[in-house]
Amino acid sequence: MNENTADHSSLGIEAPEEITRRRFFEKLSITLTSFCAAVVGVPLIGFIIAPLFRKPPAKWVTLGKVNEFQIGKTVSVTVIDSSSLPWAGVTAKSAIWLRRESETSFIAFSANCTHLGCPVRWLEGAELFMCPCHGGVYYYDGSVAAGPPPLPLFRYNVRVENGEVKMNPVVVPITTTS
Amino acid sequence: MKQLFKSIWVWLDDRIGISVLLKPMKHIAPQDAKWWYVFGTATLIAFIVQVASGVALAFSFIPSSSQAYETLVFITNDAPFGSFLRGLHYYGASAMVLMVGAHMAQTFLFGAYKFPREMTWTTGVLLLGFTLAMGFTGQLLRWDQTAAWSVVVAAEQAGRVPLIGPWLAHFILGGNTIGGATLSRFFAIHVFVLPAVMFGFIGLHLWLVLRHGISEPPTAGKPVNPETYRREYDELLKKSGRPFWPDLAWRDVIVCTGLIVAIALLAHFIGPPALDKPPDPSVLDADPRPDWYLLWYFALLALIPNRIEGYFMILGPVLIGLLLLIIPVLNHKGERAASRRPWAIAVVCLSVIMIGSLWIEGQQSPWSPNFQALPLTEKVIGATSGPVFEGALLFHDKACLNCHLIQGHGGRRGPDLTYIADKLTHDNMVIRIVNGGNNMPAFGSSLKPQELDALVAFLESCKRPIRPQDQGPMARK
Repeated sequence: MNENTADHSSLGIEAPEEITRRRFFEKLSITLTSFCAAVVGVPLIGFIIAPLFRKPPAKWVTLGKVNEFQIGKTVSVTVIDSSSLPWAGVTAKSAIWLRRESETSFIAFSANCTHLGCPVRWLEGAELFMCPCHGGVYYYDGSVAAGPPPLPLFRYNVRVENGEVKMNPVVVPITTTS
Repeated sequence: MKQLFKSIWVWLDDRIGISVLLKPMKHIAPQDAKWWYVFGTATLIAFIVQVASGVALAFSFIPSSSQAYETLVFITNDAPFGSFLRGLHYYGASAMVLMVGAHMAQTFLFGAYKFPREMTWTTGVLLLGFTLAMGFTGQLLRWDQTAAWSVVVAAEQAGRVPLIGPWLAHFILGGNTIGGATLSRFFAIHVFVLPAVMFGFIGLHLWLVLRHGISEPPTAGKPVNPETYRREYDELLKKSGRPFWPDLAWRDVIVCTGLIVAIALLAHFIGPPALDKPPDPSVLDADPRPDWYLLWYFALLALIPNRIEGYFMILGPVLIGLLLLIIPVLNHKGERAASRRPWAIAVVCLSVIMIGSLWIEGQQSPWSPNFQALPLTEKVIGATSGPVFEGALLFHDKACLNCHLIQGHGGRRGPDLTYIADKLTHDNMVIRIVNGGNNMPAFGSSLKPQELDALVAFLESCKRPIRPQDQGPMARK
């Protein structure tokens, strides 16, 4: 090897065979290391961020029979997340505030304050929703009455079908700055 | 026998190199580095307590959304030393936050972030961030009602990040809502990801301490000159340096012993934070609050003007973090002594006052309605029937009492109305109740005319009692 280099040098030709060989191994090592990192890393990252791509199921959830709810009243209804993992336990449950407006009209409010997501409570006498965290207040129709909430209470899609009140699956509505 | 042990030690030391590993403990440090320099070691010791107690707790904790709460109940109530270990972990976390804060304040006041220790400071700032992240994720592993709702609050805050906010929020929740995937994510982050990162950064931080040496206490009138500092520092060490172990380390040992004893005493006598109700998101009667070290931020989010809150929520922590990180870049030479840097003293004092004040506000949370407000008694009302009495009942039923105080009863979200009749006329009261305003809902659509009359009648009775000396001579007769 050294002899070859010496020969090339004596001829005045730049033929750094040894350096080329070294660079080849360098590139080979870096390529193989990157490949190994990708083989392990891509599934790893995919596994961790998979929930980002999980769509809520299209299945509508039954909240109860229409005649179980009084017109003009707002009540909390427990909803079971049909797409929950088997080990979710009580966390598969969530609640919404359901208001019956008329014979056929219902409003399903998210129980999450649009300020920071804390659970709002319905005060029947005052006909107000109040948040315990930072004092957000909403009127009976979910519009902001006072405090820091930037938006009205989130409304889920709700429909009456075969004498039952149904809503689309529960998600935590995320308030954005946009 | 002694010779045998010596031979074993010599053999092990030769093969493992224990003496070489421990050699940095004997590095030469300025002899004036005394009690002010113990906070870094104390932070490290608190971290070690966290690792040890955390590993022990992990022997019984099941990071499953359905079982974590039950295992915590078991650890707290049934497992031998379980309550003590939970307390150790909680007060250890508190100690770590306090010590890292004290360490940072001391480093800042002593100007120890200046040349050549800029990166020592920077790694320390990152470690402060990781410590707070550990505190928050640790609170969530206390998988009770507060923890479950705190996850939602974290997701909502993350959702305010422009463009990627909703993605971040769903990443935190482990899906579209709280569920089986939520807790295990925080467990992995709290137990594997963050500690691994912290081990790396603590190693780097310590390496930088050894590389650049422990900074000598500052002397007024002796500014840092990057061109001459290293030579002057070496001369100082040659002249009066002492090996860290044992000449200087004994102070660290004493303080750390005190710290561990304090943590253990608190864990034994006060115990761990009580578990809230189970993490059932369908129970809406919840009042989530962060642990004490983030309570000031909770208060800040309540007090900041609404119009800038969305931006502040994201930009505030980012700007504070960036500012801390670039301090050594902006100010890497010159005077180190606090007496020549009054602005440094002001920054530390103002930070402590600001965080302390917000913490007190957070404890009292006057912006939150008082959901436990009981109806006013007849003694407070001053009547047993009639419009005033009926108005007082309405004052409770219409949730006015949740936000307003009457003779010390009720909430503090709105003004104290004990003597409201001395300030507002009948018409002003009607206008205010009907139309609302200034952080108060309008009640015009939810009050019947006779209810409004009764409510105003009650409020008109809320006036300062007339004392004899306030009355004219004719009245006194």
